[in-house]
Amino acid sequence: MKLLEINHLKKSFGDLDVLHDISMTVDEGEVVSIIGPSGSGKSTLLRCATMLETMDGGDLIYGGEAAVRGGSYASKSKLAELKQFYGLVFQNFNLFPHYSVLKNLIDAPIHVQKRNKAEVLKEACTLLENVGLSEKADNYPCQLSGGQQQRVAIARALAMNPKMLFFDEPTSALDPELTGEVLKILRELAEQKMTMVIVTHEIDFAKAVSDRVIFMADGYIVEQGTPKQVLDNPQNPRTQAFLTKVAR
Amino acid sequence: MSYILSVVGQIAPGIGASLILFVLTLIFSMPLGLVICFGRMSRFRPLSMVVNFIISVLRGTPLMLQLVVVFFGPYYVFGLAVSNTWRFWAAVVGFSINYAAYFAEIYRAGIQSIPVGQYEAAEILGYSRSQTFCKIIFPQMVKRVLPPVTNEIITLTKDTSLAFVLAYAEMFTLAKQVAAAQSSIAPLFVAGLFYYVFNYVVAFAMDALERKLAYYQ
Repeated sequence: MKLLEINHLKKSFGDLDVLHDISMTVDEGEVVSIIGPSGSGKSTLLRCATMLETMDGGDLIYGGEAAVRGGSYASKSKLAELKQFYGLVFQNFNLFPHYSVLKNLIDAPIHVQKRNKAEVLKEACTLLENVGLSEKADNYPCQLSGGQQQRVAIARALAMNPKMLFFDEPTSALDPELTGEVLKILRELAEQKMTMVIVTHEIDFAKAVSDRVIFMADGYIVEQGTPKQVLDNPQNPRTQAFLTKVAR
Repeated sequence: MSYILSVVGQIAPGIGASLILFVLTLIFSMPLGLVICFGRMSRFRPLSMVVNFIISVLRGTPLMLQLVVVFFGPYYVFGLAVSNTWRFWAAVVGFSINYAAYFAEIYRAGIQSIPVGQYEAAEILGYSRSQTFCKIIFPQMVKRVLPPVTNEIITLTKDTSLAFVLAYAEMFTLAKQVAAAQSSIAPLFVAGLFYYVFNYVVAFAMDALERKLAYYQ
């Protein structure tokens, strides 16, 4: 089943065309990595898909229901409903600094989704356990390392029970020795068949966890396929050039 | 010592008068500042331009003049008789509006210093606009604006002496009268000591509040 369908997505900032004609789908349980040089539009694509950015044209369809069709957005209430479909993990974590780790996890489920507090608390404790931060529940984000903060951010996204998760360069703001602990969580999520779209510069990681790799350049999807096809045997010269550069 | 006590006795009614003006001004101007701040930050251009102009007038003209305008305004505009109680409320209104303009700009600086990522995280989690402001932005803003707000509060305690222009018998007005009667500037120093002690308490309380909010960065 298709969880996400993007057709002919166009986006420009003023005179600058950032995304030309992007079409892609994500199936349930699929892990899709998006790679490409900076300025290729990866992050903008993610921001359009998560509606942080308004797209100029095309369709955005979640679970068969259109959030955007032909460039026009659905009603506010429909969009609010569809926004519950996905979560997003940011490059800079964006945890709420004035909330404890636990409150970061439970506040939105309780006050936005209006779920039962005891049930949310129980789930949050399990999530913290899964990301290895049970003892940090009462700490504040500023007391955690970058890697720990990102793990909290992942748990916060999961606490909303999304059907799919987007990751915008989740390890780019981390010291090299801390990326491993975040990638480990992502790997575990992939094993649990969580549907994920990951913008990343970690080629080895993309190779290991992805079902599909998308290579973007200059606002186009240049090449996509299995990691083997795209990363080990790229057909397009742009992909080849990028991968040689990254491999160095 | 007995001299000081006699001066204190003579300016004592003014201490209460200054204090009530100070407290009421804070109670009205701090929330009003938030309203003005919203107007200033409105995406509706005409509103933000009008509010911006009002702020520029309130900051760009003497507070003393503004007090006079508020006091005599009802008489000149509506032909209403100016009563003695209005003297007090005109001071409260004048101070509150003036200080609200300054607070509005302080709040705006605080709100605009919150990283855009906080708004984006809140949006992704489905918070409504009012929830985002009340739960995420406002608490962080409060922490950031405490130092400049302390500045304003300290300035306000001393500015209450400007109420003399409405013949409102606040502390410094009485001190000046006592000084004139005794041909001595000592009463002014006694009044000065009161301002200093009061502001010391204000700074101490605000510092305690800052430390209370220091649990996060």
